[in-house]
Amino acid sequence: MAVLIVIAVFVLIGLIVLVVGTPLRRAALQRAAAAAGGAAPPSGETSEEPLRRAELEAAREAKYREIRDAEMDFRTGKLSEPDYRALDGELRAEALRILDALDELDRASGREGSEQIG
Amino acid sequence: MAGLGFACLLLALAVCLYRIGASLYGVRRGRPEFSESGRRAVYALAGVLTVAFLVLEVAFLRNDFGFNTVADTSSRTTPTFYRAAAVWSSQEGSLLLWAWLLSLWSSLALFLTRRRMRDVAAYATAVLLGFAGFFVSLMIFYANPFATTRPAPAEGVGLDPLLRFPTMMIHPPMLYSGYTLCTIPLAFGVGALLARRVDADWIKAIRRFAFAGWLFLGAGILLGARWSYSELGWGGYWGWDAVENASLMPWLTATAFLHSLMIQEKRGMLKVWNVSLVLATGTLAIMGTFLVRSGVLNSIHAFGGATLGVPFVCLIGVLIAGSIYLVVSRREMLRSENRLDSLLSRESIFLANNLVLVGLCFVIFWGTYFPLISEAVTGQESSVGPPWFDRYTVPLALVLVLLSGIGPVIAWRRATLANARRNFMIPVAVALIALGGLAAAGIARKPLALAMFCAGAFVLAVVAQEFVRGTRVRKAMAGETAPRALLSLVQRNRRRYGGYIVHVGIAVLFIGVAASSSFQHATELQLRPGQSTKVGAYTLRYVRPTASITPKYDRAHTGSTVALGAEVAVTKGGHRVTTLNPSEGYYSSGEASQGTVGSLIGGQPVSHVSIDGGATRDIWGAIQPNIESGRLKKIVEAGNRTLSPDEAIVAIGLLAREYLKHAPPAQFHFIVSPLVLWIWVGGLIVFLGGLVAAWPAPSLVRAKAAARFRARSSRELARA
Repeated sequence: MAVLIVIAVFVLIGLIVLVVGTPLRRAALQRAAAAAGGAAPPSGETSEEPLRRAELEAAREAKYREIRDAEMDFRTGKLSEPDYRALDGELRAEALRILDALDELDRASGREGSEQIG
Repeated sequence: MAGLGFACLLLALAVCLYRIGASLYGVRRGRPEFSESGRRAVYALAGVLTVAFLVLEVAFLRNDFGFNTVADTSSRTTPTFYRAAAVWSSQEGSLLLWAWLLSLWSSLALFLTRRRMRDVAAYATAVLLGFAGFFVSLMIFYANPFATTRPAPAEGVGLDPLLRFPTMMIHPPMLYSGYTLCTIPLAFGVGALLARRVDADWIKAIRRFAFAGWLFLGAGILLGARWSYSELGWGGYWGWDAVENASLMPWLTATAFLHSLMIQEKRGMLKVWNVSLVLATGTLAIMGTFLVRSGVLNSIHAFGGATLGVPFVCLIGVLIAGSIYLVVSRREMLRSENRLDSLLSRESIFLANNLVLVGLCFVIFWGTYFPLISEAVTGQESSVGPPWFDRYTVPLALVLVLLSGIGPVIAWRRATLANARRNFMIPVAVALIALGGLAAAGIARKPLALAMFCAGAFVLAVVAQEFVRGTRVRKAMAGETAPRALLSLVQRNRRRYGGYIVHVGIAVLFIGVAASSSFQHATELQLRPGQSTKVGAYTLRYVRPTASITPKYDRAHTGSTVALGAEVAVTKGGHRVTTLNPSEGYYSSGEASQGTVGSLIGGQPVSHVSIDGGATRDIWGAIQPNIESGRLKKIVEAGNRTLSPDEAIVAIGLLAREYLKHAPPAQFHFIVSPLVLWIWVGGLIVFLGGLVAAWPAPSLVRAKAAARFRARSSRELARA
């Protein structure tokens, strides 16, 4: 039994090393390949662009939700028509600013504007 | 096998330490492969802790009394069903359950956020693994679930009979899932503050975990209340016990957070408040675990052993100090982007709801920790009881229920008085009709209960109105049939209508609480067979004694040696209503000093409550037979003198027969409570509403909706 336990522990250690070590091994191989090819090794620096994009996409989703909620509030009688029109315009302008910022980001990163409007 | 379990704990600690170091190194040095490796370490942690948990579970199922924790909390006579649950009845086992659940939920959180917020996630996982490392260290250094004794004892002490109840299979895992899930938003909150990314993205990422934590915690609290009501002989579902309170506090702050995060999502406001709520909820979850595990406060749930107090106090101290430092040092980034447009807006109602929820939490916190504070200041221990809690919590709960009705009919950003008047007309009329009807029925003698019923009626009317109006709108827009329109309305607005369903559940639950606590009839008295008593409108007659011997005839299947009880006939106005069969189970103590027969029934006796439940009232009965009476005592004493352990059960048979023939007077506790069932129904509605609100919208539907709004926005803006 004791032998089996020792074997099981070693198997567990092996699995942990395999699971945990894979990204390190992969990165080391990429660096080696980049060095052999004369290219600069991947820096691994965290770019601000994806973070900014994620932030804007989250803000966009929240704004769409807000537009839908305002419409629902109007249709279920919680907002008067003038209030709804004013609020809806305001929200859509805010949504547009977010979409513009996303487009700006797309242009800066050389991507096709997937959220192009108009 | 114990060696394998302990090795798993050591490996888990090593993985935690590696993970913390790798994540921090990766994020500080801009080496994502280390962050990625660290993330995978969490999966590895979940793997080794799963193995450790399985080792312990198998030891319980195989009656391996070489494991100290198995010998202390299980026995061969403990039914298999409860042996499986006995793992988390001990301090050691429940620490393992905590760490294991944390590793599973952390793995899920990191898997779902693997392509997002890498810098935040790196810090967050370091925090989560810090918690896991803390709990694993407690097991390694203070409470080892794999500690063994050789040679193994032939028999174990057995599971505490109070815990032999089906709900106990699921109550602790639910509660612990809630606690551990509450630490995930805390970890991501700390990560967001450390990475200085307190934008909408992290709020979006943690929302589902906050919701899941809230759901699990709520379900755990409800199951615990059900256990108290059905199993504990005191006849209540909530006693303001320290451990009950400990689970309620994070649930309250999580509820506040789930409301106020909508304000941050929509308006970019309340950032300091939200991050503080997230940190407070996680810290309160750890404090809840501390209360159960440290043994510093008296509770039926506490598992004794003050050895864990100091490490927990240190952890909580670090959490509180760290949270305050982070919030204060990042206050500039947490500035609100907008201000409240109007006091008459849903934002302001949510804000009021937050203040009430946090106020409730503060009151409960003060009442729960008062004994500790009092002892620290005056040197004398004192405590506050249910009347103190009721004085403050009842009015706050009343305001909370009212607000849950007001919120849904007020628009975001700005609402006008004219609209509000129109929307409130029907619900207020319903509440007034309820007031008139109930006052005419004589309910006015309990003003707080009356107010709660009216508030509940108001909420139900508001939500019904919202569903009717929404369905009409949907019908008109899409030309669907009413049932189809209702379904698509909920499907397309899950958060909104799921939330409304939760409000219905809360209203129903509080109506049940108000009715059952204000209009309860209870009596405790001694009866002989044939005698009767009146409880409210019911007459209860002790018809005859009952007895059952394990295992074949043990109706409750709890592994009791013998259960002595009574058949009680319940009548109303001369008509038979039901028959109650309460009993008391006697369990083996395993103490040789009590004698061969005495030890078979010398354990803690447990009441098997009998309940006749219904939509309008519950009739609840418990019995405490007197086995110390002369004839019964003589049988035990004679058996102790003359019978060997193998023969002792014969005396138990004689004892049961003697009890049936000449039952001594027994102590009864009867309660007739109205509307108790609605507490559980309300809880279920809350749970279902929570599921609806938390259920993710299908990605296709979301994409279509997003595309439609993009197109509309662009068209209308182009025209403007």
